[in-house]
Amino acid sequence: MVEFTLPKNSRIVTGKTWPKPAGATNLRKFSIYRFNPDEEKNPRVDTYFVDMDTCGPMVLDALIKIKNEIDPTLTFRRSCREGICGSCAMNIDGINTLACIYGMDEIKGDVKIYPLPHMPVVKDLIPDLTNFYAQHAAIMPWLETYTNPPEKEWRQSIEDRKKLDGLYECVMCASCSTSCPSYWWNSDRYLGPAALLHAYRWIIDSRDEATGERLDELDDPFKLYRCHTIMNCTNTCPKGLNPAKAIAEIKKLMVERTV
Amino acid sequence: MSYLTDRKRVSGLGVARGGNAHFISQRLTAIALIPLSLMFLFPFIGTLGADHATMLKTYQHPYNAIVAVMFFIVLCKHLHLGLQVVIEDYVHAPRLLMGSLILNRLFWGATAVTAVFSIAKIAFSA
Repeated sequence: MVEFTLPKNSRIVTGKTWPKPAGATNLRKFSIYRFNPDEEKNPRVDTYFVDMDTCGPMVLDALIKIKNEIDPTLTFRRSCREGICGSCAMNIDGINTLACIYGMDEIKGDVKIYPLPHMPVVKDLIPDLTNFYAQHAAIMPWLETYTNPPEKEWRQSIEDRKKLDGLYECVMCASCSTSCPSYWWNSDRYLGPAALLHAYRWIIDSRDEATGERLDELDDPFKLYRCHTIMNCTNTCPKGLNPAKAIAEIKKLMVERTV
Repeated sequence: MSYLTDRKRVSGLGVARGGNAHFISQRLTAIALIPLSLMFLFPFIGTLGADHATMLKTYQHPYNAIVAVMFFIVLCKHLHLGLQVVIEDYVHAPRLLMGSLILNRLFWGATAVTAVFSIAKIAFSA
């Protein structure tokens, strides 16, 4: 059966409260999930206080400040700090989002930061995305053609190119898939919103010649049809994309080619 | 423990097909249930509190009997399809999953047959 409670060794305990920075007047409290696989201990939530007068506006600014000035062992992924690499996806204030483009002014009260939900944790805020990436590879995220390649590029009209808007912007941060209850229960067989959004991006690409094969690959009770339009994916997407709509469009094409 | 690649793990046993057929059946039965429920409920509500003879007379009428038969067949099919999804979502142990899916199918099949037989018995009792 589906597990609705955390296994014993994953139950979160109260962790350390780190000292407040000296002389700071504008303090903000951060509760951050910590887990170290090298210690045989349960995960814990540590408390940090950050001086907001000397901190940037985004959650990632605070995380970097904590790592630099308070606790160098705090571990998280980050790279571009402008919402284009998708590395710093985490659960902030109950929402899966990118720490680098989520402003702390959007959060009321203390800032609570956890790794993306229902994923194996490598360390602290770093989830294991191996399965997520393999699912992306499985939908063949590349142009498939049978016609001999043209001398120059494959041509595409302006209207056909517009169909890819709202799809190509996905940065594969995994916020959507890890917000989806269907993905929590069945990520071994359900591809999840991110992979399906990418599948649709190639299905409606006018240059791609494997449309039928791509649809064939999704005609499965689990791979595609575990989506029950819960819409968490669309609500949480930090890039404002709509994976639920992409999935619905795939289902429409499936019906269209049947009836 | 086995040294499967991640890609192989994701592919699993491949594509089962039938996902789309299930999806279409579920939507079709849902759409059909909108008029059928109303058509079934109106004469049914009319018989509430009435005596046995009135009840029999209502369902001896071909229109009411045919609507009731269609309503129960479509309803049982829809419940079978819907519950199947719920079971597949939450039950993961292979044997329990297989058992629940078989029971689900048999239960709604038997319910539909029972409903049809009961209505037919009344309809043809005149």
